[in-house]
Amino acid sequence: MTDKRASLEDVVGELRDGMTVGFGGWGSRRKPMAAVRAILRSGLRDLTIVSYGGPDVGLLCAAGRVRGVVYGFVTLDSIALDPHFRRARQQGTVQSTEVDVGMFYLGLLAAAQRVPFLPTRAGLGSDVMRVNPGLRTVRSPYDDEEELVAMPALRLDAAFVHANRADTHGNGQMLGPDPFFDDLFLGAARRRFLTAERVVEPGKLLEEGPIQAITVTRLSTDAVVEAPGGAHFTSCEPDYGRDEALQSLYAKAGADPEGDAWRSFDERFLQVDESGYQAAVREAAASTGPEEIR
Amino acid sequence: MNPRRGSAGIETGVTRAEVCAVACAELWRGAGEIMVSPFGTIPALGARLARLSFAPDIVLTDGEAALMANAPAVSSGRDAMVREAWMPYRRVFDVVWSGRRHVMMMASQIDRYGNQNLSCIGDWAKPRAQLIGVRGAPGNSVNHPTSYWVPNHSTRTFVERVDMVCGVGYDRAAAAGPAATRFHDVRAVVSNLGAFDFAGPDHQMRLVSVHPGVTADDVVAATGFELTIPDVVPESRLPTVDELSLLRDVLDPARRRDKELS
Repeated sequence: MTDKRASLEDVVGELRDGMTVGFGGWGSRRKPMAAVRAILRSGLRDLTIVSYGGPDVGLLCAAGRVRGVVYGFVTLDSIALDPHFRRARQQGTVQSTEVDVGMFYLGLLAAAQRVPFLPTRAGLGSDVMRVNPGLRTVRSPYDDEEELVAMPALRLDAAFVHANRADTHGNGQMLGPDPFFDDLFLGAARRRFLTAERVVEPGKLLEEGPIQAITVTRLSTDAVVEAPGGAHFTSCEPDYGRDEALQSLYAKAGADPEGDAWRSFDERFLQVDESGYQAAVREAAASTGPEEIR
Repeated sequence: MNPRRGSAGIETGVTRAEVCAVACAELWRGAGEIMVSPFGTIPALGARLARLSFAPDIVLTDGEAALMANAPAVSSGRDAMVREAWMPYRRVFDVVWSGRRHVMMMASQIDRYGNQNLSCIGDWAKPRAQLIGVRGAPGNSVNHPTSYWVPNHSTRTFVERVDMVCGVGYDRAAAAGPAATRFHDVRAVVSNLGAFDFAGPDHQMRLVSVHPGVTADDVVAATGFELTIPDVVPESRLPTVDELSLLRDVLDPARRRDKELS
């Protein structure tokens, strides 16, 4: 069977300008941040980001990689709002597609199931219909004749999700409490990339956790990348919690993108490769004392 | 006196935050076996108070991916939570769309028909202030009972027209047709000044009670649209002795409730 191991550079190298790219996780939880950082370092432009948004969205906006964002929210969880996403919206520098979080789920599901849309009540009567003039309703062909929102498939050119464990064939295991919608992001995508804290031999995932936690199968992955700390600074339970200190630094520095604080954050944590990032994180943890990084 | 900072019930020492928590709890009295999802500290306190007193069957989540078999203090960590079942986000949608839920969301803006906004302030295309996004408000409001908590009642939050309709109000649901009204039930609003329902003409917002220390005139002055005001406006009820003890000793010994109203 195929060994799907690859490097971050390999998988990000498959992306092209203008692609629609999905990112798994939810808010500031188990985001594929190593992949996001690799995209920050790339010269990619004009991406459309599809995400239950967290700092993935903010960072990509800040780096000028983004043409559009498809989202139901963007939040850092313990900090309500992402400063870069806010600025991008308020300055009108990104095209936005804002939908109800349930509509978003059905859009991914429709894409994964290869149907053009799925019907839902969510969105009816709201301004989601106004700000997305392309959204259509559909009338039930049955006796009830209910007119529902036809949430179109959210088809992705590529998707990235981060797992606690994966095997070399591309099965992925989520050891935290919520698998989120990661399997659907992969299902909705043409090229499907799985990063993981640790990659083990096939058949060894059951030594890591229960079989029910293996929510991603190799049927829906094209490449697997071992990326320890690959969700950092978002949470990756039970391997590590959110790095609140670093997230707070990110949010504060991000308030002024021309300021010294952001320049310093950018140089220290973003203008470096992945091993440089992880080293900077360890250094930051050591200098701030007892704050646990990992 | 600034009504927003009034110290309610000086005689009894009951605080405004405690009155608000009880007003929230009342929304779930006898609610039976439904999932109650409170956003904000005071709604969370209210839900746990209801769970421990007059709504013993309601189902609460741990804020992550589980249902809780207990109702620990709002300041307690995950260790204090007894988990009784799995409820990851994907299953939350099953519950939302089944209707077996009553959510209490916050509102950055709300209008007389219960249209709610938490997405952005100003023109959506290029907002003056981007907020969190519509989240689940559109789907919640047309699928199951939905109420709102506004800790800062003012003409900026209670507005003539919201900038982005996230949670759907009565007028908008009616205009969208039977599929939108079928399960639509915007139930109530609790603010730091009073409690409200939608029993006014054409389901417009009606003042139900004012919190102790607040007058109906205070509420009118802080509201940017014409409220339905009954001839007699009662005061929101005070917590019972048992409820006070639950609030103060069991559910919020760290007094988080006061911070939400500062």
